[in-house]
Amino acid sequence: MLKRTPLYEAHVSIGARMVEFAGWEMPVQYSGHVQEHMAVREAAGLFDVSHMGEIEIRGSDALALVQRVTTNDASKLQDNQVQYSTITADDGGVLDDLLVYRINAEYYLLIVNAGTTDSDFEWIQSHADGLKLEVHNTSPAFALLALQGPRAERILQQLTDHMLDLIPYYWSQRVLVDSLDCRVSRTGYTGEDGFEILCHAPDARHLWNRLLVTCFDQGLIPCGLAARNTLRLEAGYRLYGHDMDETTTPLEAGLGWVVKLAKGDFIGRSALVRQKEEGLKRKLVGFEVLDRAPARDGYPVVIGDKQVGAVTSGSPAPFLKKNIGFAYLPIEHTSVGTEFFVVIRGRNVPARVVETPFYKRSRKFD
Amino acid sequence: MASTPEDLSYTKDHEWVRVEGKQATVGITDHAQQQLGDVVYVELPKVGDKFEAAEPFGTVESVKAASEVYMPVSGEVIEVNESIVDSNEKVHPINADPYGRGWMIRIKIDNPAQVDALLTSIEYEDYVKEEAPE
Repeated sequence: MLKRTPLYEAHVSIGARMVEFAGWEMPVQYSGHVQEHMAVREAAGLFDVSHMGEIEIRGSDALALVQRVTTNDASKLQDNQVQYSTITADDGGVLDDLLVYRINAEYYLLIVNAGTTDSDFEWIQSHADGLKLEVHNTSPAFALLALQGPRAERILQQLTDHMLDLIPYYWSQRVLVDSLDCRVSRTGYTGEDGFEILCHAPDARHLWNRLLVTCFDQGLIPCGLAARNTLRLEAGYRLYGHDMDETTTPLEAGLGWVVKLAKGDFIGRSALVRQKEEGLKRKLVGFEVLDRAPARDGYPVVIGDKQVGAVTSGSPAPFLKKNIGFAYLPIEHTSVGTEFFVVIRGRNVPARVVETPFYKRSRKFD
Repeated sequence: MASTPEDLSYTKDHEWVRVEGKQATVGITDHAQQQLGDVVYVELPKVGDKFEAAEPFGTVESVKAASEVYMPVSGEVIEVNESIVDSNEKVHPINADPYGRGWMIRIKIDNPAQVDALLTSIEYEDYVKEEAPE
């Protein structure tokens, strides 16, 4: 039985195409994949990402547990600050990537991937022995909306008295949105300015409708998982389960900036220290296909006449109008400009390592 | 609702066929293009290529996925629609006009008896309903 978010009926009622994703029945598309993608780049889009999991760690030892199970340094966080991080296993393999919210010194909220919520929760609980705290999987109590795009702030400001421009990038605030209790953070997965709005599950439908109805004339449209995937790929964000998993380390995935080896011990640290000392053997790179045929997830990657890996994410990029992707390459082939082949229906198609993010928005907000 | 013109024949792989004597024009159905979404790239065979029925002869790629297109009946390719390969139109002809400007290939039919095995528009509509109840 697939799980449904509190917005399932709202999606079906406006004609969303629903698909299975990580055990959930989710909207993949409403008006059209490219139209939704472009709306987020040029105006604003609203996503239901309530399938993502919420795990609360509360108690006087909360920070100690967050530090033990995540790779970034959560001791640097202030109240209401948010941090991108990873959870690694003893061998350094990535169990998940996540956002760590410090609500206060004794209350941390982790927002994790849908498909890994249960395993993350068990993993975190199993490492809580001897600590004064409680770990709760509160996912069913919450819904999460992502309002993304250059007009996101202007749109959300119409529904709240809190001055949103006082919330910096990767900070959050408990805010009344349309008189409903929410936690609003300036975070996202699209490469645009925007917010993620955590609300109580029973309030989700009202908020969703209110935003769409009030702000339709400002170009806000509902967006599905298809647009979310191409937006995140253009923005160079890794997708857990595709661009990294338990067989790859955050260092190989290019996430060394969220691995703070100096913060003290954490699960996976010694393996990551060793890998750093020995040097990486492979690394995730962004590439551009030098052909009109798009690369897709799983297509073989060839250097010379040897298969060295596979595409981990590949797609046409609707805004950039290029065929882009991620792949793991042997370290000696990872410098920008290096050419290799992606095998597309039996044909060796040339591709080139490029800088990521593929897309970077201009700093000025609309 | 996807359109399904009555004067065409169809396959369970969502190709349409316009039979004209010993020749036929082939494309993908309105239902197929709706499922695929925004088409960005098309690969077609060469004139003179021969395919058996149900063999893939080309690929249609949307932003979301690559999808093979299958030969409705055995035959030889006598013309390909180059304009859909190089299209830079905002809405690709396969999305805009799947039964018209979005045609893919014209073929010479090997065995006219195979045409009888194709679906009528009504049979195809029923098949689509069974395949994905809405």
